[in-house]
Amino acid sequence: MSMAVTHFNYIAVIVLMMIGLYVLFATGNLIKRMVGLALFQTSTALFYISLGKVSGGTAAITIYADSPEGRALAATLDPAYVDQFGINGVVYSNPLPHVLILTAIVVGVATLSVGLSIVVRIREAYGTVETDEIEAVARVEAAQSGPARSEAGA
Amino acid sequence: MNDIALQASFALNVALLLMLVIVGIAIARSRSLLASILLLGIYSLVSAAWLVVMDAADVAFTEAVVGAGISTVVLLGAILLVRAGPVRHDWRMTIPPALLVLGVGGLLIYAVTGLPEFGDPASPANAHVGRSYLIETPKEIGVPNVVTAVLSSYRGFDTLGETVVVFAAGIGVALMLGFGPRSALSPPPVATGDHHVVLRVTAKLLIPLIMLYAFYVQFHGDLGAGGGFQAGVILAVAPILHALVFGLRETIEAIPVHAVRSVAALGVLLFAGVGLVCILNGGDFLDYDYLFPPSVEAMIPPGLMGDPDHAHHWGQHFGIFFIELGVLFTVSATMVTIFYGFAGRAADEQEAAS
Repeated sequence: MSMAVTHFNYIAVIVLMMIGLYVLFATGNLIKRMVGLALFQTSTALFYISLGKVSGGTAAITIYADSPEGRALAATLDPAYVDQFGINGVVYSNPLPHVLILTAIVVGVATLSVGLSIVVRIREAYGTVETDEIEAVARVEAAQSGPARSEAGA
Repeated sequence: MNDIALQASFALNVALLLMLVIVGIAIARSRSLLASILLLGIYSLVSAAWLVVMDAADVAFTEAVVGAGISTVVLLGAILLVRAGPVRHDWRMTIPPALLVLGVGGLLIYAVTGLPEFGDPASPANAHVGRSYLIETPKEIGVPNVVTAVLSSYRGFDTLGETVVVFAAGIGVALMLGFGPRSALSPPPVATGDHHVVLRVTAKLLIPLIMLYAFYVQFHGDLGAGGGFQAGVILAVAPILHALVFGLRETIEAIPVHAVRSVAALGVLLFAGVGLVCILNGGDFLDYDYLFPPSVEAMIPPGLMGDPDHAHHWGQHFGIFFIELGVLFTVSATMVTIFYGFAGRAADEQEAAS
């Protein structure tokens, strides 16, 4: 099979990541940047999960092993494949990426909230969330306070 | 191998990923902040569906609640506070990032050609540590859901770190925006001729069901998909829905700010406390085999839970129960703290304006 099929998931996930990165870079609006960051973060999660997928596998809950569902699932696969890669007759997907990403998603929303609260405080201090306008305000403030400070020093 | 079933699953995978790409492009093109936030919610919901296809049931839960629920609410709270207009657009500003993204993307796609095939059971990621967790969990931990076993027992120290990060983020938001409203919140408008009556009745019916569902996800977490992180986020949705429909004042009367704060800290303490008890009984930090001292373990009747030779399974079961409870406390209370921070700030601004 060609690489575009066997590696389709990875390529699609990279396209998604790059869309997130583009949103992050192409705008000066801080809220839109946080949206881009969230997009990038979710796409990274999709990459990990793609790596952990096992062909013909099921969710890593061992209760399936001796159940009718487990036997029905094993019946759809080649017995030699199940013998080699299965555990007690059931093929499971890799649980480790699921664990890593599960906690990363919750930490992600918590850090997104911290970022957004910083944006809210920036808006309160500068009256805008556009980076170029913030820089302009900061430059004006520096120009106003600069001479005053040198006078005080002299 | 049954090719038709596998191909159908792969086709679903491709279709959902293409939908994600389309939604992603729509986010990038959108000039309206509101539209891009709602599209991000759709993106999360579609990726939750895709996660089910990838057998990641636990992750799908979390992504659906966090992405389509909590993060949408937080982002909407933020645009309410900053009152941002439409995103300004200048096509000249888009060329350097586009070139950069194309370059980075090209390099990454070149690197992808060295990865094992998608779904390869013999790839290094799937053949070693992940597989040994699957084999050892029934013997060593004795819970059916391997994701829960890895999360709370094998990698319990890592999970403690994640819980502390969530807690710290909650503190960060509270320090930045306050723990809740400072002003005396004005009473909600008198409900005469209230056209939100359908919304109120539905919310009243939904809130207990949401909480019941959260507790099911919590306490069923070692048997099926679920656990403290998922349940914590689902549980936080109940007060947030209450505040959105009945007003922040009513919610804060029901669940005071100081109670939420204390519960968030209590969760971390409970988690770390279980680890310390394990040390006191002669084990390592968070080694639940030593959760009970030998005198207590001797009293456990054989065969009552799991393998009769493994009285240690009792320690594992109770250890996982308590640390998942700690995660539930911290995650749900932190999410409510974050919501109180944003909503309280908005209420203060309204008060100052009027």
